Amino acid sequence: MIKLIVQSIRQTILWSLIAGVAYTLVMTGISQVLFRDQANGSLIVRDGKIIGSKWLAQQFTGTNYFWPRPSACTYGTGPSGIVASSGSNLGPTSGALQTNVMNNASAFISGNNLPTNTVVPADMVYASASGLDPHISPEAARLQIARVAAARGLSEDKVRELVEKFTESAQWGFLGQPRVNVLMLNVALDQLATPKPAETAPAPKAG
Amino acid sequence: MKWNEIVQIVLFFGLGIALTPPVGRFMARVFKGEKTFLHPVLHPIEKIIYRLSGVDPDEEMTWLSYFWAVLLFATVGFAADMAIFMTQQWLPLNPQKLPNCSWHLAFMQAWSFTCNADWQSYTGETVMSYFSQIFAIMVHQFLSGASGLAVLVAVARALKRASIKTVGNFWTDLTRGLLYFVIPLSALWAIPLMWQGVPQTWKPYQTASLMEPYTTQVQKTDDKGNNVTTNIQLVVSSPKLGADGKPEMTNGVAVMVDVPQVDAKGVPIMTNMPVMVDAKVETQSIPVGPVASFESIKQLFTNGGGWYNVNSAHPFENPTPFTNFWEMLAIIVVPMAQVYMFGLLVGNKKHAWCLFNVMLALYALSFVVAWYCETRPNPVMAGAVPNMEGKEQRIGVMNSVLWATSCTAIDNGSVNSMHDSYQPLAGMMPLWNILIGEMLFGGIGCGMYCMLFHVLITVFIAGLMIGRTPEYLGKKLDAWCATWAVCGVLIPNAVALLPTAIALMLPATIGLSSLGNQGPHGFTEILYCFGEAANNNGSAFAGLNANTPFYNIAAGIVIWIGRFAPIISALAIVGRLASKKTVEPSAGTLPTHGWTFGLTLTGVIIIVAALTFFPALCLGPIVEHGLMTAARTF
Repeated sequence: MIKLIVQSIRQTILWSLIAGVAYTLVMTGISQVLFRDQANGSLIVRDGKIIGSKWLAQQFTGTNYFWPRPSACTYGTGPSGIVASSGSNLGPTSGALQTNVMNNASAFISGNNLPTNTVVPADMVYASASGLDPHISPEAARLQIARVAAARGLSEDKVRELVEKFTESAQWGFLGQPRVNVLMLNVALDQLATPKPAETAPAPKAG
Repeated sequence: MKWNEIVQIVLFFGLGIALTPPVGRFMARVFKGEKTFLHPVLHPIEKIIYRLSGVDPDEEMTWLSYFWAVLLFATVGFAADMAIFMTQQWLPLNPQKLPNCSWHLAFMQAWSFTCNADWQSYTGETVMSYFSQIFAIMVHQFLSGASGLAVLVAVARALKRASIKTVGNFWTDLTRGLLYFVIPLSALWAIPLMWQGVPQTWKPYQTASLMEPYTTQVQKTDDKGNNVTTNIQLVVSSPKLGADGKPEMTNGVAVMVDVPQVDAKGVPIMTNMPVMVDAKVETQSIPVGPVASFESIKQLFTNGGGWYNVNSAHPFENPTPFTNFWEMLAIIVVPMAQVYMFGLLVGNKKHAWCLFNVMLALYALSFVVAWYCETRPNPVMAGAVPNMEGKEQRIGVMNSVLWATSCTAIDNGSVNSMHDSYQPLAGMMPLWNILIGEMLFGGIGCGMYCMLFHVLITVFIAGLMIGRTPEYLGKKLDAWCATWAVCGVLIPNAVALLPTAIALMLPATIGLSSLGNQGPHGFTEILYCFGEAANNNGSAFAGLNANTPFYNIAAGIVIWIGRFAPIISALAIVGRLASKKTVEPSAGTLPTHGWTFGLTLTGVIIIVAALTFFPALCLGPIVEHGLMTAARTF
């Protein structure tokens, strides 16, 4: 028995060194050399400042941006710092979920000035699993084009072109679902040269 | 149903089946101690490990000392884990300055990871330091997976032996499994994940400046950090009364008015209300870390404990549809191959393929049922389809359901969608897979030896029916074997149902206050919690807040029983069988392959599980389905 305990302790220490230290260090080395950008979180940098990660949704409520899917964890942000990723975990007979679904649908319709009988895509009425889902469906993006174009004084065609550019079909033709990365699309929107909002006002700087 | 969904399903199962023989053959070679292509590099390391840990690799153990080795190894791991969790704020690699875990959380998590359950009642990115994630969690994902595999190898080895009292050496099986198989495969599997976007860094969390900062309200605090409150008159919303003294109604709803409250003497009742102030949120924290190396071991060896709270639903753990496919494939590869390895080690491939087919059929069936149920419209949600609540856009419904049924048929427990938000009958299928004992391929090692209990019960029942002494792989079975087989099945079932009943009977502040949903769905949350703990799964109906002393302690104990009761049962059975003579099959021997055996086994599995769990399932998902159809909400 004592012998087994001693062997257990020695084995635990040895494997902590091999599987904990050596394995993690080697894998980090490989990743930092081969896939440096992905390894550090696929960060988006603008004017020398980190403004987000390609994979994490941010909250957008303004009319001049595309909106992401509803989040049960305020997109991982809060007044006291990080908030853990989370879904709503509300069940199929939950009254709270029923209310959320109704509210999300009517907010999407009124926010985008859509006809009241519009079928809102399911991804915009239901909260995502992580609360950080970076993608929306192409349909959900299309329904927002007119609003964003109007708010930015851009032509709808120009915004539609951009949405199409950021629409990814199923990966390699068959894996997963078609999707649009909202944060990347909004960053690209900001980079589009903004036309003069009015004759007299000086042209604002792009970006 | 789209064409590309069918392609993904066929490719998923097809690749799993195609990889079974080569991976199984490699595993068998490793555990027999034969040379593999890795030997020139790793064999010297193997010898060093034996020397440093004071192990004689050729020393044989009886079934009981093998069990003690498994148990003590896990117990040492438990002690180390608990210590790390409770002291992490003083340990290195804690760039976020996260505080120590509570003792009950540490207790539960330490058993959870050393027992291969990996159930988590904490939120990874805000509770665990890098040190805890790597040394208390990831290391034990390696060790617990390899321990389970070692037990299966001992079981198979003992079945092959005759008139020998020993079953092999635990340390040799553990070392060989880890060194030649578990660690290299995890390293290999992690590389595509890194390429697709899973982080792998030692840097602290990054901070991003939000493109659209927002303002929210928080409670005001004074210099000492105390909440500031203000004393105002209590106001209660109550129905407005008409001139006739009856509540005024509009459209069938009572009109409500705010009524300032006074006591009997007409003095206003005062109350303390929190003072709210605006707080600007300008940053988003980007939680990174060495995630990719963690992710591959988590998926491959039926662990399932995620780096982040939402596990593989988090875009950093599972950024693209390809990583989803790759991680899902990782769930099935080794559990499928272990059946083939078992066949090779006991020298009966026909029997192994028969078990493989039974497992595959029940597993595929659970997926088809869940997929069908999940795509039906929910009357409560006014026809908003498909049900994307708790699912990710890049993954979609089909891949979410395929993952949910895979991670429960196979004792993995990682999730890429929130099972709690599934429709009742779709959520019942993962629960069913868990409750029947997690043996549709099942956990590394444990899935196979849990299936063995059912095989022995089948052989026993069939033997009684045809009036012959039951035989299994040339060994005559006796009462000892039957008793332990029944223990291996019933003990996990008992520790799934009894704590569920206890949680319901305790005062509501202990048991029911943790619920995230009301009505029958709340019952399902508790049943799922103890079902997965008893079967060491690790997925959850996550609406249940399990980070309370009651749930942490209860689940920790249930996980422990659910892990070691099947292990001791399996070893006790094969320890007995190893010491018996092998008899040649005769005309009266019931073959353990072919349709007759396969169907009888399927029947035994379904009858045992249905008799045990049907009443509980009726109270949960089945009644909820009826209520949902009638658009009832809670």
